[in-house]
Amino acid sequence: MQLAVMGGFILAGMAPLLHHWFGARTPLVMAILPLSMAMWLMGQWPTIAAGDVLLLEWAWVPALGITLTFLIDGLAWLFAMLITVIGALVLIYTGDYLKGHRDLPRFLVVIVAFMMSMLGLVLSDNLVTLFVFWELTSITSYLLIGFNHTDLTARKSAQQGLFVTVAGGLALMAGLVMLGVAGGSWSLSELNAMGDVLREHDLYTPLLICVLLGAFTKSAQFPFHFWLPNAMAAPTPVSAYLHSATMVKAGIYLLARLQPSLGGTEMWIIILSVVGAFTMFTGAFLAIRNTNVKKLLAYSTVMALGTLTMLLGIGTEGALIAFVTFLLAHSLYKGALFMVAGILDHETGTKDVTAMGGLRHVMPKTTLVACIAALSLAGLPPLLGFVGKELMLESVLAADHFDMLILMLAFIAAFLTLAVAAVMVLKPFFGKRRETPKTPHEAPTGMLAGPAMLATLSLLLGLMPGVLDSLVTATVEQMGVAGPDVHLALWHGINLPLILSLVSLALGALVYRHWDRVRARLARLDPLLARGPEAGYEALMAWVVVFSEWQTRVLQNGYMRNYILVMILTLIALIGNSLLLRHAPQLAFHLDVQFHEAVVVGMMVMGALFATIARSRLGAVVSVGIMGFSIALTFIQFSAPDLGITQLLVETLTVILLVLVLFRLPRFSTLSNPLERVRDVIVAGCMGGMITLLVLTSWSIDQFVPISGYMIENSVPLAHGRNIVNVILVDYRSLDTLGEIFVLALAAIGVFAMLKFRAPERSVKQGAAAKENADG
Amino acid sequence: MVKSGTIILNTAARLMMPLQLLFSVFLLLRGHDEPGGGFIAGLVAAGAFTLYLFAFGVSATKQVLRMVDPRDLIGVGLLLGMVSVFPAWFMGQAFLTAQWWTIPIIDFKASTVLIFDIGVYLAVLGSVLAMVMTLMEVDKDEP
Amino acid sequence: MEPLMAVAIGLLYAAAIFLMLRRSIVKLVIGLMLLSNAANLLIFTSAGMTRGAPPLIPDGMPGPLGTIADPLPQAVVLTAIVIAFGVLAFAVVLIRRAYEIVKADDLDKMKDTDT
Repeated sequence: MQLAVMGGFILAGMAPLLHHWFGARTPLVMAILPLSMAMWLMGQWPTIAAGDVLLLEWAWVPALGITLTFLIDGLAWLFAMLITVIGALVLIYTGDYLKGHRDLPRFLVVIVAFMMSMLGLVLSDNLVTLFVFWELTSITSYLLIGFNHTDLTARKSAQQGLFVTVAGGLALMAGLVMLGVAGGSWSLSELNAMGDVLREHDLYTPLLICVLLGAFTKSAQFPFHFWLPNAMAAPTPVSAYLHSATMVKAGIYLLARLQPSLGGTEMWIIILSVVGAFTMFTGAFLAIRNTNVKKLLAYSTVMALGTLTMLLGIGTEGALIAFVTFLLAHSLYKGALFMVAGILDHETGTKDVTAMGGLRHVMPKTTLVACIAALSLAGLPPLLGFVGKELMLESVLAADHFDMLILMLAFIAAFLTLAVAAVMVLKPFFGKRRETPKTPHEAPTGMLAGPAMLATLSLLLGLMPGVLDSLVTATVEQMGVAGPDVHLALWHGINLPLILSLVSLALGALVYRHWDRVRARLARLDPLLARGPEAGYEALMAWVVVFSEWQTRVLQNGYMRNYILVMILTLIALIGNSLLLRHAPQLAFHLDVQFHEAVVVGMMVMGALFATIARSRLGAVVSVGIMGFSIALTFIQFSAPDLGITQLLVETLTVILLVLVLFRLPRFSTLSNPLERVRDVIVAGCMGGMITLLVLTSWSIDQFVPISGYMIENSVPLAHGRNIVNVILVDYRSLDTLGEIFVLALAAIGVFAMLKFRAPERSVKQGAAAKENADG
Repeated sequence: MVKSGTIILNTAARLMMPLQLLFSVFLLLRGHDEPGGGFIAGLVAAGAFTLYLFAFGVSATKQVLRMVDPRDLIGVGLLLGMVSVFPAWFMGQAFLTAQWWTIPIIDFKASTVLIFDIGVYLAVLGSVLAMVMTLMEVDKDEP
Repeated sequence: MEPLMAVAIGLLYAAAIFLMLRRSIVKLVIGLMLLSNAANLLIFTSAGMTRGAPPLIPDGMPGPLGTIADPLPQAVVLTAIVIAFGVLAFAVVLIRRAYEIVKADDLDKMKDTDT
């Protein structure tokens, strides 16, 4: 499976090539991958259903305990199934939606990469790999929202989505690291087994807050919900896939995954259920204000995400069963509705529901699909949405905390959602036929296949919810409920949830009837809503820009020597501090110098000093050369033949280099005044003195056993080499050497580029010269 | 600005270059046991070509190098460096673990280490040569 | 020997930094050369200095005879020398290009990003 996921990334990279071969059929070809993964997952079903866990291990960075371990249990299986199946349908849908689009290959690259990241995210058992995949989904989401990169709004929305989710991602990283430290393991399955330890741990509160921040931003919980509706600037397949069925559920997935290890505390219950309920209400409330079909759906997705969070917060057995059912139902109907929205946009050229009408005459099949999906959204029988909603209301009624508040919010959300569902279907498809910017036709088969299949699933599973019993059991078991008693049924008898449903049906119908008036009323709230979290985000961004401008002006004033001065002074202060105050220098040494050595060192110093006072470039080059050759001699005298040879050769080449370049540069000139020179002499003297002290101290302190002992011992037996320096270079530390030759190569390419790539300038000059010749 | 054409320099360069190149290969091959190795050998070889450059100029040196562009040498060097990484992987060991094989008839010990060192040699030679040649070419263009 | 080297390295550093604080770019480059040499010496000497015992193992022996110089700083410095050359070449050419455009030796005249 790991190989399949990694292969998927490679396949994503190959999309342009495939597009070259298969042309417009590429999406269909690429859909084979998620489909075959779904088949494989189906094949694993008996194991999962038996309550077993599939653990696929693959060491990645063993030294850090980072493994690419995939863990497939009920929860992961459910998510993986949703990702692969909806992913395949979305790819098929894309084939027609973006038919002939110039950037289709780019789109495919990113969406398949996203698919694989998302799969990796839900299958990872390791916190670190989970986080890596988490961030990958953020980045791919950014690229997909900004797919129409010529559109300013799309770019802005993409950036907003990225900032919000990545800021949350940072918090999540902190949270996961704390989780790993607190639990002493990076494996989710091990952490889940030690929930009690974690809940008692000192780090629990900061850890929980960080993890929740990550999950809430990703899953668009209040007050971070604003990025999701803006993300609707993405092409519709993206909205259907990322922003309803999969990515936004990553946060929910994480919470569900951590339910056994972190859940169940007072704090968890209160934060999750209140934030979730409030998000649910906000989503439903804001949805009803919109006429844009995609925004309507986006806000109702916010509402659904809120519901899921709330159910996790309630955390009882019933709530978790409701969670799984609702999650599945939502993915099915919302995916279908988004694709229908895409069809409407594609065929009519508008996204405004009030501008459409009577489309059932031209697109009867789409109408049927839309009706089924919308019924599920509305939570009406006999669809899966109904089963989910009933279970949700039931568990809300049984909630321990804030039951009245949550119930009220849930009830309002329920009837508003009903109205949204009605708007979504009745406005465009029924009523009087209206003129639209484009003349609509029935959707092409590829675009209809996806929503039709999802809607059919909604219907079938709604009629026979019992099929899901084993899946829900396997999933709920992974969330810390042992042996749950799951019997999903369409008909629960006449009970309180059913009565609530009926009342909400009536209220929802009422809201729909007076939708125009409701919207007009709500429009009065606009000034208030303009001060919402989104305004806060804008203000924060503006402040960041102002702040960075200010600090750039202060810190980067453009004077090279000021930078160098600041660096040197900081260095002196830091090293000096630890040298003088923390390790009193012990200057016990004996001088054991032979005459010829002293002469060589003297030449070296003279060369360096003369270079500073030389008045001509030639003088400076010569004195630097003398210094370099003296250093080479020192190397040779003190047992470093390799170094001596290298230094000699480099010194020769340096002189050649300087001859070639330096004499094209200006002559030496004295630009600074005497006072500055005195200051610089003092600074340089301090630095030099400190280095001397540092070197002297480094001999008197013996803190570590040098690792070279190992290298010397094993040079012949293991590395088969007798020149230890070379063995270190090409064997022990060959990765470093590899990096070094890359640096050298880069420098050479840089030199080449700087000297050669200046054609325009040259041609202007030559042009001028040619003109002169012509004139002459 | 570099004047070529003194007889002594020309003769010396013509005679020295093959010797220097041979010496650099010698340094490269014995580098694992005695002073030498890829870096030093690369620098020696670069020195040989540089001498030739000064004596005969850029176009003559390019003729000596035939079709080989110094930049290609960089590429080949880096590639060899990377290639030597993989055998260990196939053997199921960590990346960069040295592999040794003995070639039977001439009793020569081949290894990924040697491949790596040749990569270093070529990368160093190519880099230095690319820098110097580009500089000299530009110099020639500008009076 | 070590104390003498320590003083010499200190002087090299001082000279390098004095040159790097000049406004003339050519002096900056020479300062950079001094600095890289000084740093190499610093690393080289930090492991102590041994006379006449290069880190080589005689043929047929499993290990060195007696004490030898520490090979690790030598290996580090060896690559550092070569890299310093590459960086120097880059810096020199960069400055040459900058000079062609700005037509001034004065670093203070190079403070704008758009020239």
